[in-house]
Amino acid sequence: MKVSNSELFSGRLFLLLLMAITIMPFISIFMTALHPSNTVPSGLEWPADPQWGNFVEAFKVANMAVLLGSSTFILLAVVPIALIISTMAAFAISVLKMPGSRFLLVLFIFGLTLPFGGIIIPLYFLERSIGIYNTRFAIVLPLIGLYMPFAVYWMRSHFVNVPPELTEAARIDGATTWDLFRRIHIPLALPPLVSLGILMSVWTWNQFLLALVLVEDPSQRTMAGALGAFQGHYATNVPLLCAGTILILVPTLIIFILFQRQIITALIQGAVKG
Amino acid sequence: MKNSTDITSSELESKTAAHKHLRRIFSREKIRREVWISWGFMLPALLVYAMFVLLPLFLSIYYSFFRWNGVGPMTWVGLKNYLTILQFPNLLGSIVNAFKLILYFSFVPVGLGLIVASVINRVAPGRFGAVARTVLFLPQIIPLVAAGIIWGWLLAFPGLINEILRGLGLEALTRAWLGDFTWALPSVGVIGIWVLLGFCTVLLLTGMSKIDPALYESARIDGASWWAEFTNITVPLLKQEIGVCLTVTVINALAAFDIVWVSTAGGPGNSTSVPGIQIYLLGFSQRSVGLASALAVMLMLLVLIVILPIQRLSRETR
Repeated sequence: MKVSNSELFSGRLFLLLLMAITIMPFISIFMTALHPSNTVPSGLEWPADPQWGNFVEAFKVANMAVLLGSSTFILLAVVPIALIISTMAAFAISVLKMPGSRFLLVLFIFGLTLPFGGIIIPLYFLERSIGIYNTRFAIVLPLIGLYMPFAVYWMRSHFVNVPPELTEAARIDGATTWDLFRRIHIPLALPPLVSLGILMSVWTWNQFLLALVLVEDPSQRTMAGALGAFQGHYATNVPLLCAGTILILVPTLIIFILFQRQIITALIQGAVKG
Repeated sequence: MKNSTDITSSELESKTAAHKHLRRIFSREKIRREVWISWGFMLPALLVYAMFVLLPLFLSIYYSFFRWNGVGPMTWVGLKNYLTILQFPNLLGSIVNAFKLILYFSFVPVGLGLIVASVINRVAPGRFGAVARTVLFLPQIIPLVAAGIIWGWLLAFPGLINEILRGLGLEALTRAWLGDFTWALPSVGVIGIWVLLGFCTVLLLTGMSKIDPALYESARIDGASWWAEFTNITVPLLKQEIGVCLTVTVINALAAFDIVWVSTAGGPGNSTSVPGIQIYLLGFSQRSVGLASALAVMLMLLVLIVILPIQRLSRETR
């Protein structure tokens, strides 16, 4: 017995409808973005005279080139450092089994469910007092710290599945701890490292609250943080706001289309393990 | 003669003892070195975590016992900040709103996600299903701020949603959704559904792919309907994945900030204000750092209190 044809039809119709609802907002802001600046279009209506220039204008007024640079800088500072130090910590906990490793693991896991809003106020005062407020490091350093619980937990769940015989054999052959880490365990950890890297990149690119509170100058922020500032200035100019939003979405969408399989897998695994 | 053998044996004994002793010293030395090295591996992560997460966490708790405007002297007030939150409707209301958001951010995406995933599993196992997965997942990867801006425009008056309603002859229902005291919170909830539905669907689909297809085969041979399949196979065998979905989405609801800030900033009035918004406003606009910190501590506790039972339940049934 197979699924009946009428059920196939209605099921697929349901999915098509749902996909249409999911995509519709994107189409709507795209069409709106092509309307003349400072008008209020109706939502889903192809303009008589498409204003492609809106994108150019939004690129200029949002200072998009600087923003792309700033976001990329933050991403490149956060993700590699977070990957390296979290992997080292997870290695110390689960392969070297250092004294107190249970306590340290619990200490990291404790931070897993922490909402950023819970510590944002002291972070502000802390950063003012150590002088990194309103610099890119104001976002970079806390983000690395905030990723540690998840990243250490994630890498640890990889390391505990590596057979201990591998470590012992390398030890007998006289491998130093650093060799063990660098030559044996890192090459084996590449798949989870890639997933973790993807996850942290998406989170960093989309980070808003830290950027809003800790960096006043929008040109030093992440893309998402800058979008917030852009909205503040152009709330009444709907077509331009939509054009700016699309520009900010474009890099994310391109990366998603290119790496959709890896990104979806990483985000799902991330949720299951976290 | 006898004497000499005695000496050699005792010599031998002392030699092995010395050897053992040496080896013990050596290995103790080695272990100590090993401990130092492992601390070297641990320290960078621990330092950043301690400095930028644990320290602020303790400072949040510390500030919550003071009245402080951020610059002047701090005045010890004990638990007064916590009492203030429980007494003032607009502060307590933000916590109530967070729980209302769970309905939209969590229950609807998980429930609807279960249905969508099982439909994909049943009628679209191939290419069509893969496309549906990707499309539905799309809102999950864009910044929440962008989601807020996009829907802020769709729900505006005039805006797409109202245009559609008018097209359907439901002109009486049109309104500025995000500016309406009754409808603003459900409207913010709809944005959350749009963002989180695809995530839940894909996560549940992954779980379904681990269910033995023979179970579905035999159910279909027996002529089981979609509903029978759904209630007898899919839901019971996905308890763990459902637990994960609930955990992630409930945290999203309780700790919501980005979507709300961009679409309504907590308004109109306080009708969509959630703890994240109030912490920001109290701490940075009204300069009531102690009060904001008390709310932050309550938010962190709230998340823990709600998440732990879900975690325990989904783990037990594993």
